[in-house]
Amino acid sequence: MRTTGGQLVMLIAINVLLLAIGAAISGGSFLSLFNLQSMASQLPEIGLLAIGVMLAMCAGNGGIDLSGIALANLSGVLSAVLVGMFLSSADQEAAFSLAFIAVAVLVGAVGGTLNGLLIARMNITPILCTLGTQMAFTGIAVVASNGRAVTVGSPEPLSSIGNATFLQVPIGFLVFMAAAGLIAALLKFTPYGLWLMLMGTNPRAATYAGFPKARVLVATYAMSGTLSGLAGVIIAARNVNVKWDYGTSYLLIAILIAVMAGVRPEGGYGRVICVVMAAIALQLLSSMLNFGGLSNFVRDFAWGALLLTFLAVGRYDLVGFLTPGTRKKPV
Amino acid sequence: MNPAPLDLVDAGPRPARASRLRDLVARRPEAITFVLLVAICVAVSVANPAFLQASSLIDIGRASVVMGLFALGVFVILAAGGIDVSFTAIAAFTMYSLTVLVSKHVPGLPMPVIVLMAMAGGALLGTVNGLLVHHLRVPSLIVTIGTQYLFRGFLLSFIGTVWIMSLPPQMGAFGRMPLLQFEAASGATITLPMYFLVLPAAALVTWWILNRTLMGKAIFAVGGNAGVAARLGYNLRTVHVFMFAYAGALAGLAGIIHTCANRQSNPFDLVGTEINVIAAVVLGGARITGGTGTVLGTLLGVLLVVVVNSVLVLVGIPSTWQRVVVGGFILLAAAFFVTCQKKS
Repeated sequence: MRTTGGQLVMLIAINVLLLAIGAAISGGSFLSLFNLQSMASQLPEIGLLAIGVMLAMCAGNGGIDLSGIALANLSGVLSAVLVGMFLSSADQEAAFSLAFIAVAVLVGAVGGTLNGLLIARMNITPILCTLGTQMAFTGIAVVASNGRAVTVGSPEPLSSIGNATFLQVPIGFLVFMAAAGLIAALLKFTPYGLWLMLMGTNPRAATYAGFPKARVLVATYAMSGTLSGLAGVIIAARNVNVKWDYGTSYLLIAILIAVMAGVRPEGGYGRVICVVMAAIALQLLSSMLNFGGLSNFVRDFAWGALLLTFLAVGRYDLVGFLTPGTRKKPV
Repeated sequence: MNPAPLDLVDAGPRPARASRLRDLVARRPEAITFVLLVAICVAVSVANPAFLQASSLIDIGRASVVMGLFALGVFVILAAGGIDVSFTAIAAFTMYSLTVLVSKHVPGLPMPVIVLMAMAGGALLGTVNGLLVHHLRVPSLIVTIGTQYLFRGFLLSFIGTVWIMSLPPQMGAFGRMPLLQFEAASGATITLPMYFLVLPAAALVTWWILNRTLMGKAIFAVGGNAGVAARLGYNLRTVHVFMFAYAGALAGLAGIIHTCANRQSNPFDLVGTEINVIAAVVLGGARITGGTGTVLGTLLGVLLVVVVNSVLVLVGIPSTWQRVVVGGFILLAAAFFVTCQKKS
């Protein structure tokens, strides 16, 4: 296995650099508590989806999860519609919030498990399967909401996940860090993590070694789906409405973050901490472009260019070139 | 790949029939697509005879031109084991920048030159895709997601976002030029436009490239096993660049036809329809891992998706269900083909 401290060092350096540039451009207001808080509360949605993409990519064999944002929207919409039938978000705030969170995460887990079963048991290629479920999830969200936005309102404590802070840190960000920490621990300290990475490195060897391949795959996509469900909760907490077409560019950004983090698209390697750092770097860059008053389209252009740049960085091992000794050449 | 047909002779009549069906599906998956298409058409005509009117059939024909051109390009890439999601961005880019160019700077440009320029522009952007896919050595899905944003972001931030409502006259005339025109019972004139012919022509060219040239052999060889193809002496770089450039040229052509047919140029159009196109190609029997598929199957797949999209309302299913139905079709078709391959 490759040692990749270099990737992490580079990502931290990029973050420091971006903070410094941001501070220099804005004359310090980029580093104000308000701006830092608002950036930290925008991060979790996309960060959770990126961890999901990372997990699917690590599984190898063309593994990828294209249904992330569609499933997040489905979780939010379906949960809002279902829970809204029994409870009112204005009158029974606590009950509504808890039920909403439970149903949304459950929908995410079920959707992810469906992906996993289709891929592991039916042997459908991940790209094709998640393209199909992406369309189906979006479609179910459209049908459930009749194509309109569904009002969630701002019931407590759901709304505080999106808007309140704990010790000056946005609660949504804490949720994200907790989820990231949990997944990181799972990958590092359990047999599941080892199986996942080895399976991604060489699926055939994994079969002969007798790994529970199907179960690992189902668990991976189920986890990715659960993270999408959690992202759906945070989207609902930050916005008053949920709608089926929220965050159309999130699919690209989630893949971009995973690639930036050095996750190998062909499988077998990825670190949660790198994904978190890459997500932070992207959020800083996005806010900086906002400060500069550039349009969304310029941002799309920048994301595309950045994705291709980081693919080139990974391909030609530029990190190893810049930090000699931290990384062995892949044989 | 194909099980020996001789083994089937000894088997009893019932298993033989089942194996023969499976054998047929394994060799000609588009047969299933055809049966499904006919079944849906019959069911819809029974439920609502309005479907069989010339006007709705011609609508379907018209709607399948742009999607069919996209699908042929995607099919060539899929046959070589790649995937492309940037073709809609290429189409939007070429159609909008050409419309701007013609209406602002060279208003007298003849239509054939415009079409050729669209194809050349598309091929150029496709070449960028091909070179990136070849040199970065990462799955082409990820590269083309990147170029989709790159092309579209460039179009919208540097070329323009204004919806052009009045096309240059020669482009409008091309969109209206009739191939077939008659009067319906209701008195309305129904036109099958001239540009419809582009689809069969492109299909023939694609068929010829894939089945009659060395490049076609190379594409299927790379789709079957890229490593082996490289050792056999096929130049992977040439194959990658050719197939993405070809798909790009078809996308440019589709874009210009889309603009002329709608008599307006909207830079926000087309992007977002990729999944429908990929679904059509896969429903036509091409395996997403490459090496298989036929042009005929691709066209049948396109017809299937266009028909499903346009008849839901005719049979009384609300149009909100459209995505669920197409998504379900993708999963069913994928599962079905996989099961057939496993058994045969």
